[in-house]
Amino acid sequence: MSFLRKVGAVAWKDLRAEWRTREMFSAMFVFALLIVIIFNFALELRVENARALVPGILWVAFTFSGMLGLSRSFILEKDRGSLEGLLLCPVDRSAIYLGKMLSNMALMGIVEAFVLPITFVLFNLSFRAVPMLVVVVALGTLGFAGVGTLFSAMAVNTRAREVMLPLLLFPVAVPLLIAAVKLTAGVLDGLAMSEVSRWWQLLVGFDVIFLTLSLMTFDYVIEE
Amino acid sequence: MAERKDWWLPVLGGLAFVGILAGGYLALAYAPPAAGFVGGAELAQRIFYFHVPAAWTGFLAFFVTFVASIAYLWKGGRKWDIVAACSAEVGLFFTTMVVITGPIWAKPTWGVWWTWSDPKLVTAAILWLIYFAYVTLRRMVDDDARRARFSAVLGVIGFVDVPLVFGAARWWGESVAHPIVVSGGGFDVAPKMLTALMFNLAVFTVMYVVLLALRTRAERLSDAVQTLKGGE
Repeated sequence: MSFLRKVGAVAWKDLRAEWRTREMFSAMFVFALLIVIIFNFALELRVENARALVPGILWVAFTFSGMLGLSRSFILEKDRGSLEGLLLCPVDRSAIYLGKMLSNMALMGIVEAFVLPITFVLFNLSFRAVPMLVVVVALGTLGFAGVGTLFSAMAVNTRAREVMLPLLLFPVAVPLLIAAVKLTAGVLDGLAMSEVSRWWQLLVGFDVIFLTLSLMTFDYVIEE
Repeated sequence: MAERKDWWLPVLGGLAFVGILAGGYLALAYAPPAAGFVGGAELAQRIFYFHVPAAWTGFLAFFVTFVASIAYLWKGGRKWDIVAACSAEVGLFFTTMVVITGPIWAKPTWGVWWTWSDPKLVTAAILWLIYFAYVTLRRMVDDDARRARFSAVLGVIGFVDVPLVFGAARWWGESVAHPIVVSGGGFDVAPKMLTALMFNLAVFTVMYVVLLALRTRAERLSDAVQTLKGGE
């Protein structure tokens, strides 16, 4: 089996297990919607000021709901005792990491695919920005799920595992969040690429650096 | 295992103690009043002689954690784990000092306790959060080998993140007047001020070494106790 097939197999098994119950998806989706609704009241969001606030709210919804999915990613394996099985598979540890990361990313992506248009409708935003926004969201989700999968594998082996993941992930993800929010705002405001180019560099740079680091260090995290 | 005698540690500790007193005198009395500051701001600017050394020492400590973490991942060995962990704790202490002294200075000078548009403030705050997570992570993992591996990974990832945080924060808000003391052409302060600053930088660095040595010794002793008790 080629390396990519192995990565795909790991990711596919996660997604198929999720498809049987769809419980993570529904929990994450409703949670993300709740965040949008709570912010709506907390910040007195209106159609007039929506453009200024929506980028931040979207990313809080994406990352907080993503956190739910990431934290369950290894907890399920651990509690069902299937983590040992996964580690015994004749595949590279990096294939396990990439497969897990892809399934986490896919789950976050599906939630985002529902939450983004709903938010656009709720705050009467123009759908013309959507294609560019998809690129921003995909790159942001890649970085968040990338380093999040590594930390999730760590957090599952700690005592307060649900608490540990956000504590580890959010401070490290700050540059990614700043870049993603700035780019989302830039796209919504219809700014030219050149005006936000540094944020593209930061976002892509974060993804490259932390995916590489996570791949390199995943071995140490998953070692029994 | 008998603990070896660190004869230099009391000497260095005494030096640090005297140095702190002398550094306090240099900062509060010896250094001339800063030009361009009036009233409370003039008094507050003297915090700079503690703030800057604390920031430098905190960063040095996290750099040591970074290097020791790499060494641990590369070669293994309990000593690297101890150095990384202890340095992070000491660094967290100094960074706490930075984020407390910063606002005390900023209020009379900028008129606000805190501003999000200054990259150094934001970076210091995020740095504090990352290494707080580091220390918490260590307390949350029961298995020794696993704790060492996890914290080494975070010691690397956390440090690599710092320049990104700084870059993001710098682009995010245009910087307000965070004093730039060391510019390309040299130091922009009076000679007496420079003496006071340099002295305090040296004292804080010595204090870091002392704290790190004491903390690592405590950790080694606790290992020795475990061995004697027939634990691990």
